Amino acid sequence: MLELKDVHAQYGAIVALRGVSIAVAEGELVALIGANGAGKTTTLATVAGVLRPRSGAIRFRGADIAGLAPEAIVRRGIAMVPEDREIFPALTVEQNLRLGAFIRRDRAEYARDLDATWARFPILRERALQPAGTLSGGEQQQLAIARALMSHPRLLILDEPSLGLAPKLVDQVYGLIKKLHAGGMTILLVEQNVTQALRVADRVYLMRMGRVEAEGTPEYLRRRVDVEGAYFGKATANGGPPPAGHGGAS
Amino acid sequence: MIQALAFVVDVLSLGSLYALMALGLVLVYGILRLVNFAYGELIMIAGYTLYLLNGSPVPWLVMAACAVVAAVLASVLTERVAFRPVREKSLTAMLITSFAVSTLFQNAALLFISPRARVVPLPDLFSESLVVGGLFVPIRDLIAVAVTLIMLAAFTVLLNRTVLGIALRAAADNFRMTRMLGVPANLIISVAFAISGLLAGTVALFWLGRTASVTPGIGLEPLIVAFVATVLGGLNSLVGAVVGGYALALITVGINTFLPQVLVDYRQAFAFGLVILILLFRPEGLVWTGRHSRT
Repeated sequence: MLELKDVHAQYGAIVALRGVSIAVAEGELVALIGANGAGKTTTLATVAGVLRPRSGAIRFRGADIAGLAPEAIVRRGIAMVPEDREIFPALTVEQNLRLGAFIRRDRAEYARDLDATWARFPILRERALQPAGTLSGGEQQQLAIARALMSHPRLLILDEPSLGLAPKLVDQVYGLIKKLHAGGMTILLVEQNVTQALRVADRVYLMRMGRVEAEGTPEYLRRRVDVEGAYFGKATANGGPPPAGHGGAS
Repeated sequence: MIQALAFVVDVLSLGSLYALMALGLVLVYGILRLVNFAYGELIMIAGYTLYLLNGSPVPWLVMAACAVVAAVLASVLTERVAFRPVREKSLTAMLITSFAVSTLFQNAALLFISPRARVVPLPDLFSESLVVGGLFVPIRDLIAVAVTLIMLAAFTVLLNRTVLGIALRAAADNFRMTRMLGVPANLIISVAFAISGLLAGTVALFWLGRTASVTPGIGLEPLIVAFVATVLGGLNSLVGAVVGGYALALITVGINTFLPQVLVDYRQAFAFGLVILILLFRPEGLVWTGRHSRT
């Protein structure tokens, strides 16, 4: 469904991605893990159209989407829940959701979607007319996910959904992610919380220094002793041959 | 008592114009982080439209509508022709472009019309006054307050009840995220410039009404006023722009009223000095939204 091939990107003079290749198949939950600065969020930024890749290809459902504007990418069916949730604090919960459905023009359909959202997120219904800035961290995360779902995405991108949440809330958010995945949603997840990511993902990419360093099933990556090390940026990945399908190009 | 009433009327009427101007400036700033220095020229354009229509048989209200439409068109076209091509480059490029556009408009007026003041037509109503308990209240001032209230009400409804308005508020808060929800950048920016032009065009009718004339440089004062009002109110907040507008009017009229006669010539220095003092204590402006500014 989504395929990145040898994507290079940089912020000004700082090279952030050095040939990233990843793929997400329909219905799959793929996680990108790695230390701070490994290039996970940058990879998402290139997919979401926020950062134009310098070279490489990004294909979504067969079409090249590299360099398209963010608004064009949503219309193709990719919705993003960014790292800091980025809800609009001054807007009410319902107004946030209304914007999530901006690309959907049918009012009756919107009303149905809203009802479905209220059923799925009862707490948001209670807070519907409150400014979103008054919500707790966990509620804001729910709102950010609910807002992304309003566009009926084919691919949902989640950037650090557990960041800054209490453990109980992390479980709650991951419960939701699992449920969405079980319902057939294709999900690309970036997560520093490796334990959580390995628990839900079908496949995992380990990133480091702007490259994909390892790729495989959660079990495979769990076995790799240097996951933890790479995560904290200490150990080097010399514990064996690189796994098959490793897409780093340098 | 009469003095107090006169004071209130002055603050409200002047504050209304300041508030509308500030709102137009902050609306664009919120989305593009651009202080549009060509904004004052919209008042000039509205003024020259009135001047060019002078003597035509159409009623004044039609001329006024044409003037406002001219300001809206000029605003939208400026964005399309001048700002859009440099938008992705840098903020500095846009800022310099805004100076260039301002200079261009002013020089076009100098070249094609005249450096001298030109008379703009005004309705008779603008020179009439109501007598309230011995106080002469210019009807123009009352209309300015009424029009401002109507526009603010309409603006509030737009921003709270329509999808486009909600998208505008969202874009002013976090433009990148708004785009990631599918809101087209060009649409939002065009609408912001159109509203900004509408506000400037409306202010122009009353601003020009004070002197009944227009000059190429007429836009400078309203621009500075709007800029100071937005800084005073808080550059990130639409409510702040309105509050800043009225606060600046309160300061200006207050200083005009209470400053000893010998110092009246320095009233602007006093007014802006006071603004500096306020900002020293509240650098974020009077209305702080608690949001972090974006990069």
